[in-house]
Amino acid sequence: MIDLAKTIDLSTTYLGLKLKNPLVASASPLCEDLGNIRRMEDAGAAAVVLQSLFEEQLEIESDDLDRFLIESSERSAESVTHFPEMTGWVRGPDEYVEHVRACKKAVKIPVIASLNGTTKGGWLGYARRIEQAGADALELNIYSIPVDPDVTGEQVEQRYVEIVQAIKAEVQIPVAVKLGPYFSSMANMGRKLDAAGAQALVLFNRFYQPDYDLESLEVVPNLILSIPHELLLRLHWIAVLYGQVKADLALTGGIHTATDVVKAMMAGAKVAMMTSALLKRGINYLDTLATELLIWMGEHEYDSIKQMQGSMSRNAVPQPAAFERVNYMKVLSSYSVR
Amino acid sequence: MSSSRPRVTLDGNEAAAYVAHQINEVIAIYPITPSSPMGEWADQWSAEQKRNIWGTIPTVIEMQSEGGAAGALHGALQAGSLSTTFTAAQGLLLMIPNMYKIAGELSPTVFHIAARSLAIHALSIFGDHSDVMAARSTGFAMLASNSIQEVMDFALIAQAASLESRVPFLHFFDGFRTSHEVAKVEQLTLEDLRAMIDDELVRRHRARALSPDRPVIRGTAQNPDVYFQAREACNPFYLATPTIVQNVMDKFAKVVGRQYHLFDYVGAPDAERVIVLMGSGAEVAHETVEVLATGGEKVGVLKVRLYRPFSIQDFIGTMPATTKSIAVLDRTKEPGATGEPLYCDVVTALAELGISKKVVGGRYGLSSKEFTPAMVKAVLDELKKTSPKNHFTIGIRDDVTHTSLDYDPEFSTEVPGTVRALFYGLGADGTVGANKNSIKIIGEETDNYAQGYFVYDSKKSGAITTSHLRFGPRPLHSSYLITKANFVACHQFSFLERIDMLKAAEPGATFLLNSSYGPDEIWDHLPRTVQRQILEKNLKFYLIDGYAVAKKTGMGARINTIMQTCFFAISGVLPREEAIAAIKHTIEKTYGKRGESVVQKNFAAVDAALSHLHQVPVKGKLTSAFDIRPPVPAAAPEFVQKVTARIIAGEGDDLPVSAMPVDGTFPSATAQWERRNIALEIPVWDEELCIQCGKCVLVCPHSVIRAKVYDEEFLAGAPPTFKAVPARWKDMKDRKYTLQVAPEDCTGCTLCVEFCPVKSKSEVKHRAINMAPQPPLREPEAANWEFFKKIPETERAVLSLSQVKDVQLLQPLFEFSGACSGCGETPYVKLMTQLFGDRALIANATGCSSIYGGNLPTTPFCTNAEGRGPTWSNSLFEDNAEFGLGLRLAVDAQTDYARTLVARLSSVLGDELAEALLTADQRTEAGILAQRERVALLKEKLEGLRTAEASDLLSVADMLLKKSVWIVGGDGWAYDIGYGGLDHVLSTGRNVNLLVLDTEVYSNTGGQASKSTPRAAVAKFAAGGKPTGKKDLAMMAMSYGTVYVAHIAMGGSDMQTVKAFLEAEAYDGPSLLIAYSHCIAHGYDLEHGMDQQKAAVNSGYWPLFRYNPSLAAEHKNPFLLDSRAPSVALKDYTYNETRYTMLAKGSPDQAKKLLALAEEDVASRWKLYDYWAHMPVNGGEKK
Repeated sequence: MIDLAKTIDLSTTYLGLKLKNPLVASASPLCEDLGNIRRMEDAGAAAVVLQSLFEEQLEIESDDLDRFLIESSERSAESVTHFPEMTGWVRGPDEYVEHVRACKKAVKIPVIASLNGTTKGGWLGYARRIEQAGADALELNIYSIPVDPDVTGEQVEQRYVEIVQAIKAEVQIPVAVKLGPYFSSMANMGRKLDAAGAQALVLFNRFYQPDYDLESLEVVPNLILSIPHELLLRLHWIAVLYGQVKADLALTGGIHTATDVVKAMMAGAKVAMMTSALLKRGINYLDTLATELLIWMGEHEYDSIKQMQGSMSRNAVPQPAAFERVNYMKVLSSYSVR
Repeated sequence: MSSSRPRVTLDGNEAAAYVAHQINEVIAIYPITPSSPMGEWADQWSAEQKRNIWGTIPTVIEMQSEGGAAGALHGALQAGSLSTTFTAAQGLLLMIPNMYKIAGELSPTVFHIAARSLAIHALSIFGDHSDVMAARSTGFAMLASNSIQEVMDFALIAQAASLESRVPFLHFFDGFRTSHEVAKVEQLTLEDLRAMIDDELVRRHRARALSPDRPVIRGTAQNPDVYFQAREACNPFYLATPTIVQNVMDKFAKVVGRQYHLFDYVGAPDAERVIVLMGSGAEVAHETVEVLATGGEKVGVLKVRLYRPFSIQDFIGTMPATTKSIAVLDRTKEPGATGEPLYCDVVTALAELGISKKVVGGRYGLSSKEFTPAMVKAVLDELKKTSPKNHFTIGIRDDVTHTSLDYDPEFSTEVPGTVRALFYGLGADGTVGANKNSIKIIGEETDNYAQGYFVYDSKKSGAITTSHLRFGPRPLHSSYLITKANFVACHQFSFLERIDMLKAAEPGATFLLNSSYGPDEIWDHLPRTVQRQILEKNLKFYLIDGYAVAKKTGMGARINTIMQTCFFAISGVLPREEAIAAIKHTIEKTYGKRGESVVQKNFAAVDAALSHLHQVPVKGKLTSAFDIRPPVPAAAPEFVQKVTARIIAGEGDDLPVSAMPVDGTFPSATAQWERRNIALEIPVWDEELCIQCGKCVLVCPHSVIRAKVYDEEFLAGAPPTFKAVPARWKDMKDRKYTLQVAPEDCTGCTLCVEFCPVKSKSEVKHRAINMAPQPPLREPEAANWEFFKKIPETERAVLSLSQVKDVQLLQPLFEFSGACSGCGETPYVKLMTQLFGDRALIANATGCSSIYGGNLPTTPFCTNAEGRGPTWSNSLFEDNAEFGLGLRLAVDAQTDYARTLVARLSSVLGDELAEALLTADQRTEAGILAQRERVALLKEKLEGLRTAEASDLLSVADMLLKKSVWIVGGDGWAYDIGYGGLDHVLSTGRNVNLLVLDTEVYSNTGGQASKSTPRAAVAKFAAGGKPTGKKDLAMMAMSYGTVYVAHIAMGGSDMQTVKAFLEAEAYDGPSLLIAYSHCIAHGYDLEHGMDQQKAAVNSGYWPLFRYNPSLAAEHKNPFLLDSRAPSVALKDYTYNETRYTMLAKGSPDQAKKLLALAEEDVASRWKLYDYWAHMPVNGGEKK
């Protein structure tokens, strides 16, 4: 039996980092645990993106704590306070920074930190501390739901650009930006972020919409893990953006099988990121994926990941219109024929 | 002051604890106001690993009661440690038995006492000497501190003297006036402490310890032959003590530079009139006497420092030889004695030395009654008379036995050049904290002397805090409230309508107002009295919209640091930039632990404040047509008008003795007259959407939502906006239903809205009850409320008490208490009064329930139309169960007597009536109603007979009606200090109902841990999270097998709660209800209180169950598990509460550990209860 691993080159580069394969564990609570990070490396992940440090987390938790400590004070002469002094300090980002440091000590693969927020607030200052802790790169998750009808699309986009610029002013390490798909002109957005200094675009964030509980008439949070079908949206845009932007492209959401990884590469992604697959099937699934990837490439006679990257991007396919309205019309007409 | 010692600003409690913590090894305490902070400081410092002068970290332990603390302390002393405690009032009384032992064994120790009134005709948390005087025969030495500096100094002097003399010391200082006053003092250093504490003496103490290595026996029993001689053997030690104390004071003078004596004199060296006293009053006398003496008056004050042993020689030696007349002031009362203690000591001292001077004694300052220079002057003036009044009182008007002296309230000795500032804040808005920081800043950044004193309300919501700040270049002895302020700040605009805020403003003073009205419109929105005083006193008027600044800078509604910045800018005590930097520094120190964002937001608020501050030019015209609201409506009864209203208006000090009840008895039903109007929003009923389930009525903590079903005819004359709809009861559908809100009594907690199960199908946020702004609703709804009250209550006999839907129609006999907005305890108390209030006797333990239940000026317990309602008393803390048992014993004895008399008079009364009276079935409302009618008939008949027996039966006839005895209190009482009594009462089998309002912490005294506090929750004395699990009081009670026990939570199941109350009452024996009560001490928005209760139940943390011994009698499993297996993770319940999250945020590793253990607690307990619920019972399998 040929050792495919010796003849097929799975390596790729992403954010200027040399990775041994395109499989990356994306940001999730799994990554809060150092043990899991080690397991991911052992299972063959080429890099990990740590759980997000949320802007609100730092402020709201702190503000709530302060609010309730004050609200329970000065109630009466017998209860000037209701709580003792805190034994420790609310460390907020300190814990996260320590986690970055600990991960860097524990594994050799690149560790990418993740910041999640929507304003140019003080949280941006943590970027530098995360860099100092040794993070190899920073992924910016700008998850914003504009509900204000007075805010224009352009203003939303401008805010993204300003945040990226602000982060770039803080750190030297590479910066990736994780996006959602709902921009009017995705390609233009990509270019703008390029210009702002983003070294990678991570497509796409999954928007979690709440559901309705009809019995209690309540709006309830709803977390559904990604389904394979979601891959197509990402393939589409990566294929369109490949070659149009300088930034590396990363695909996240909907990666469940080795062929999904292949598709991602062919569309033009440098890396395929996954969370739901690992949650469903365990961290060791990374090893299975890597093996299946090798087998597929062997069977289809590909030498390397690099060889296939972008091979089916919009500019590389004979009919680029497939990525535009033509596909839409074909799909509809194929349906009506039935 | 020496410049090498740090200058710090702190209060008396902190000063005492600062010394005590460093020179002790074992600290055993129990919290009691106003001493609790001393124990809390000690606990905090030990938690922070601060060491004593020998390098070890003192052990701090919270016991189950002061008796327990004294016992532990005694044990620690006997085994050779240096040990101390902090207490006051009843706490000190509970220590007395051990104090005798400690003195009898000549063990050196110092007890630090924040001297407080004892509970006599009433409880009081405030300061006087009645507690320490009650302990004066224990053989403890007694040393009095008058100021914060003296507290720090004497804490050390007392310990040094005790070690040398072997006599234990009570070191006391006035509760609140000194214990809670913040002042700038010189802090003693480690070297000072080491210099004063002789290690050789410490070693000798250790050498005397009980030790198996050199065993001795103590605590022998002795007989008449030798006890007396042995008692006298300690005499040399007491004789030597005064000299030892003076020697220690002299050594202290050498080390630190302040010279004290056993007695100290201030005043004219040739004084003829001298006042003798001890405590903070001596400081007031000091200030007064200095001014008068400077003016040529021959007056002086003799300050008593060492009260026991009382050195007659030193006392006489300190008094100027020219003294002709002496007034001795005692801050206690001893009815029946020849005089109060200090007076008697002075009379004895003079008599023994054959010295003849005019001596009179007087009482002052009981329970922190103000003692002012004007009063000192009045006493000194009285001494000018040939026959000055003896056994006088000063500070009150006694129009009954005419003991009081008159005084001129305008007389003032305020030090010129002092800034005297008053700040009115809303409880929980941070004003007091900010002012404490301001004192710190002024004290530490300038050379000024600084003093701060803080006065709170007795209500727990909508309460006013008043901060009295003084600072200036000269030393301050002004231990009294400010009545002539040169700066007045009002932090809540609505206060202007409630109190005469500018009464204390001096001419030319500055007035700073927080209001959202702009400078151009503010004038016309001021009440007339405010306008008048601004004009008449020519005040400088400043305005700021603190709320706008707070909102802009992300501070929410928090204005305290904004107002603080304005104060500094206006007062100019520090240059502006320095002041702002200092404020920011204290912000970091105070709030830094909570996170960077909090600090940054406060900084932004401080920076933004001054640009929003305006000086308002005063126009000069009285334009307002409205004024301060009268305290009670004109319709209020006489007592309320004459007494209650004056207290509400802040004029209680002017009430004479004759206005007060002689034995502490007060009328009930007074809260209804208060109408505090503190809610910004009140609930509005959507009568179309409402399904009339009654849940909002059940959950309302303040009884402001009521419901009635009535006949349509009663709608005649209803006000225009009064709502009524067809009643949704099968057997009452021809009648009307109204849900009515009392708009002026609501606190705006919104629990009714949260608990309402109905959501509009066209807009889910709209429920059958919704909040709306109060001001426009106030008048129309007040008219509706008055009309609603006139509609007759729904007849109880037709209702099914076990349905929540029917319970809403029962009149609550508990309303409008001063509990916190959203309180978790009061809905249970209210429910109990709805079900049984018209025949209830309530024994209430000290705690939140005794404060909202009986703190003057008003009481929330009320009466029904027939004039019946709960009778209530707070006896003490530790004796509550026994007190309630006593009520039951008396009721039963009288019932017995009544029945005996009925039987005896049967032929006279008519056999049929007698038989019916004696065999009445009073298990239902109908049955009780029938018996009422019989008793009424009986009384009629008895009034016609004029025999002694008939009079006797008449006096106990009401006992033929079933009475319901309720023993109510919190977990502090039930799990800790009162547990012994509770347990005994449960064992007696008597028919009493115990209701434990379980907030899982000592809520009333500021959040100390109890045995009910759960594992991982943070509380005082459990700052790192409670390491041990919660005591299972229910399990212990169930072990008797003869006690009805229920574990209830209204938010978990309102039906089970109602059922449990009914079953408890029905059970002819002791019943124990343990009720989950959410609380401000849990640290979250209490509008979610019921959601948290549900989460507590669903996580398995608080299982719902009932243990009914009656079922065992029927061969059924008495244990019924009413809630389901856990379906929610424990942390999804706990991490909504600050008492858990503050540990998770500040010490996450510790939190994780404790959470894991807490999860095990839940799992193992659920398993056990599940097992019990399915246990096979005698005679059959239970599936």
